[in-house]
Amino acid sequence: MTAAPGDWAKAWVRALGSGLLGALIAAGSAQAQAQADPRRSGLDYMSPALQALQRDDAQNPAMLWVQDGAALWLAPAGKLAKSCSGCHANAAQSMAGVAARYPAWDARSGAALNLHGRINACRVQHQQAPALAADHADALALTAYLGLQSRGQPLAPPDDARLASLRSQGQQLWQQRLGQLNLACLHCHDQRAGHKLGGAAIPQGHATGYPSYRLEWQGLGSLQRRLRGCVVGVRAEPWAPDAPEWLALEAWLAQRAAGMAVETPAVRP
Amino acid sequence: MADAPKARTLIHGTDALRRGVPGEIRVTLGHPMENGLRPDGLGNVVARALVTRFECQLDGVLVFAADLYPAISANPYLAFWVRANGPGTLSFEWLGDWGFQHRETRAIQPA
Repeated sequence: MTAAPGDWAKAWVRALGSGLLGALIAAGSAQAQAQADPRRSGLDYMSPALQALQRDDAQNPAMLWVQDGAALWLAPAGKLAKSCSGCHANAAQSMAGVAARYPAWDARSGAALNLHGRINACRVQHQQAPALAADHADALALTAYLGLQSRGQPLAPPDDARLASLRSQGQQLWQQRLGQLNLACLHCHDQRAGHKLGGAAIPQGHATGYPSYRLEWQGLGSLQRRLRGCVVGVRAEPWAPDAPEWLALEAWLAQRAAGMAVETPAVRP
Repeated sequence: MADAPKARTLIHGTDALRRGVPGEIRVTLGHPMENGLRPDGLGNVVARALVTRFECQLDGVLVFAADLYPAISANPYLAFWVRANGPGTLSFEWLGDWGFQHRETRAIQPA
């Protein structure tokens, strides 16, 4: 894993420590680091036409779900008939940058939550509404709507020691060979990124745009669905939908893509 | 009609029209465009459900129409140009299998 921001920081510390024009490098380090960042969004591997589909809100089909999410935000739900906006008011202000900070630690439940889990916790506790499955249309609509409020902002996984074990579990899973093909995530997305799998480019696997509209799905889907597709693709049996492995991978991917811009709702082939 | 999916639409460009100047209108319909050939998870063929026709009218006059076929992907997106010489009403209508029909209107005030 050459792309982890921690590794880059260490590389720079080594460079500075070796005394190579330390002051000069330090002055230009932010810029140099930005240029040297080898991480590339999946957007960069797509055709210009497909990139335009994502960048233009008037074309992006995921906006159908965003529109639903905006309506759900205002709609009373659950036994208490409270709406999201009743507590959080205008999402454009109250939710700006929020989606970029998940998964995060939830002190109330004593566990980490991703954005979808946070929405479910809010629904159950404050609205007395049933929790939604990850790929339920309403869950996708709300996560897409909230993700949009952070679009363009850098992914900022919280600097929280309580998430460390989850992240390291996710990193181990990333390196863990799985399935009949006996492949780990890193074999494609670190070692062969930029090459082809069949006719398709292999991206580096940065989860910056979820939920995403995939042409293959003809619809919006969650990160878990995307990961499940990869797990099945190496002919392994996917974990149960509520298994901790998904969240661990998500926490590691957030760390791995830290600083990259949120693209939600992204379009992918 | 009972199984008709909830129709969701995105319509862009109607507010940016200028008097007498062609302006681009972009419409997306949320629709699965099932071609009647795909199996579902249990191996049963999913019934065909296509949008087959789109029409845009300006004050009742047809200005753009399109026939849609099975190879068109889900959530069909169409972009076309409209010239309006004054205030009016644009109507957008999608027609499809099993009596599917969805209609939206937008009042326009070309500047």
